[in-house]
Amino acid sequence: MDSEEGAYLKPVDDVLFARLQMAFSLGFHIVFAAIGIAMPLLMVFAERLWMKTGDREYYELTKAWAKGTAILVAIGAASGTVLSFELGLLFPTFMRHAGPVISMPFSMEGFAFFAEAIFLGIYLYAWNRISPRLHILSGVLVALAGALSAVFVITANAWMNYPKGFRIAEDGTFTDISPVSAMLNPYAIHEIAHMLVAAYLSTGILVAAIHAFILLRRPTSTIHRKAFGLAMAMVIPTAILQPVVGDLSARQVARYQPLKFAAMEGQFRTEAHAPLRLGGIPDPEAMETRWALEVPGFLSFLGYGRASAEVKGLEEWPREDWPHPVIVHLGFQIMVICGLVLLAVALWALFHWLFKGRRLPDSRPFLWATVIAGPLGMIAIEAGWIVTEVGRQPWVIYEIMRTKESATPMPGMIVPFIVTLLVYLGLSAAVILVMYRQIRIGPGVPGAAVPAGGKAK
Amino acid sequence: MILPWITASVILVALVVYAILGGADFGGGLWDLLASGPRARRQRELITEAIAPVWEANHVWLIVVIVLLFTCFPLAFSVISISLHVPLALMLLGIVMRAAAFVFRHYDVAAPDPVQRTWGQLFAWSSIITPFFLGTAIGAVSLGSIRVEDEVVLTGYFGPWFRPFPVTVGVFTLVLFAFLAAVYLTKETRDPELQEDFRDRGLMAQLWVVVLAILAAFANRADAAHVQLFRGVWPWIFVVLGLVLAAAVSFALYRRRYTWARVLAASEVATIVIGWGAAMVPYMIAPDVTIEEAAAPPHVHLLILTVLFVGAFTLVPSLVWLYRIFKREPIFEELEQERERV
Repeated sequence: MDSEEGAYLKPVDDVLFARLQMAFSLGFHIVFAAIGIAMPLLMVFAERLWMKTGDREYYELTKAWAKGTAILVAIGAASGTVLSFELGLLFPTFMRHAGPVISMPFSMEGFAFFAEAIFLGIYLYAWNRISPRLHILSGVLVALAGALSAVFVITANAWMNYPKGFRIAEDGTFTDISPVSAMLNPYAIHEIAHMLVAAYLSTGILVAAIHAFILLRRPTSTIHRKAFGLAMAMVIPTAILQPVVGDLSARQVARYQPLKFAAMEGQFRTEAHAPLRLGGIPDPEAMETRWALEVPGFLSFLGYGRASAEVKGLEEWPREDWPHPVIVHLGFQIMVICGLVLLAVALWALFHWLFKGRRLPDSRPFLWATVIAGPLGMIAIEAGWIVTEVGRQPWVIYEIMRTKESATPMPGMIVPFIVTLLVYLGLSAAVILVMYRQIRIGPGVPGAAVPAGGKAK
Repeated sequence: MILPWITASVILVALVVYAILGGADFGGGLWDLLASGPRARRQRELITEAIAPVWEANHVWLIVVIVLLFTCFPLAFSVISISLHVPLALMLLGIVMRAAAFVFRHYDVAAPDPVQRTWGQLFAWSSIITPFFLGTAIGAVSLGSIRVEDEVVLTGYFGPWFRPFPVTVGVFTLVLFAFLAAVYLTKETRDPELQEDFRDRGLMAQLWVVVLAILAAFANRADAAHVQLFRGVWPWIFVVLGLVLAAAVSFALYRRRYTWARVLAASEVATIVIGWGAAMVPYMIAPDVTIEEAAAPPHVHLLILTVLFVGAFTLVPSLVWLYRIFKREPIFEELEQERERV
């Protein structure tokens, strides 16, 4: 039990369940959001190739990918709606004060969302009703609007990490609100870049893995070979770019949120020549990170450009201001490891392409490597958002408002949490099942006739 | 302070458009559940094809409402979020399940029949609970059952909405959306028999709309904790206009003038929502949160209104294009033929 003063007196557990519900809702949504950003791009690539080459297989591929996009984007849109309500349902006091400050990105996001929904409707259902050029244009607009939605939503998140554009009055209310200043946020740039690259990378590798898996069983399928090639064309540049963007992000975190940086790196003590820790389990009691592989001086270098730079440790801050050191550090490690594996797969493909006659590798070991790497992009996104969000705790607005002060006074928050958990778990299972059947009746699979009366689109 | 009033009007307009467009998509769910007769399967297909290209765009209007509420009227948003957590959470459950079940049913055609039926049932039931809880929430903010003092909510989490008036408004909203869907569906097909099916349903639903409106009015009298919705002359003007339009829709349906019926039905629903808005003035949440009290600083309103104005230049042409492609002429039969060709 927590015994804070007055209005915020409530069991800590209710806050925890509110946080868990938000975490789970976000964790569910982000997968579909990422796919919604990247999948339309793949779909448009395939359609463009069909228009250029007249190759019927690209047409079938476009249709198949469009179906997958339709299913996954619909769930992304609905779960995104849930999030926009949950901001208030779970953390009403946060929205009471933050709403007007972050109003610019949110209101613009509405238009991006509109564009995405409108042009997706046109793209999916107007194949025979508009000219091919307008059709592919609507696909391009879906892809653009999806990316733009992400830009606006992430800008709002950046503000939570680096709040600006307001002043706190003596009575605790926010005054001198400047939504424009709040939106022009230096913290947003790396978050946006990191997430957009992550969306293309993780969706690309997931799609590549599905087609690689089919190729392992049907090595001669030309349509899956083409699909695999297109998806890998999205994976290779993004997997190589991501470490660079990630490095920029880490330096921004080191600059703006040194406490989060310390938690990410398991850095308990303030020191110069701080080592980069690979793996390891932080032990908050002993104030050290055990069993880590340490690269001396490298953390100082990564964070601040000099091996001799001082890196502040968690000890600099009062314990009650720490994020959970174990979760944040492990989340960060998982993200980095996933990124490195994806980089290795991308480099393998790239070198094969460069030196083996401009062809992607399609040996069984490479296909298996792709299949295994398939979920890693999404796992990295989940882990990365855990780092960002858990790493921001105990604040909902960094160093301004504590999460527990912003949570709903409603008791019994375990109930909505359990319901959310069950609904989303059930929905995840259903999505996997439906997508599995989509792939089974998809193109290039012999004997997969659509049942009579079915709707082959 | 004129700006908050303009923003509040924009919210009301967005709510009207959501009801007219998105509402009909949910109303289709009830007719899916009640599909019957020799054409039950084709009725369901017509509903699906009518919704498919537009439902996601129609849904965004709700997002517009909620975003404008939390950016421009943050106090109202936080009070509603606290007091109406339960009905709003159930509405969200409906929104998620409807979206998922709809795309599953539409695309999971390789699924065995029982699974397909499950998606269908889920689609229908989630389309029913969503408008019910939306209406319940709207009923609760109108009733005066949510009490607030110094920005602290004094009332509970069930009491403000689990009572006669909000629940009646919930059922009314469901019936209203079903009525819209039935009227629109007469214009979605060229098949006279299917048109007749939905003409009959539209006429029946119109009757139910009037019955439930009267019930809701009485429930408001009996249940109103602190404010009556029918204050002064304005609400009654909308009541009379609504009744005239209801008669006109019935007449148009009776005479099989479906284009007219569609326009009139949308006008009827718009009249009801705008009439509710007029009756709510000056409250956002009766009786303790007024529009002016809940408003963010004026310059925020100005900024957001500017964003909306500029954004409208991209939104309106896109929406017009979407509706020109899919809703100018009935395309259901063409779609059926295209499917057979594949």
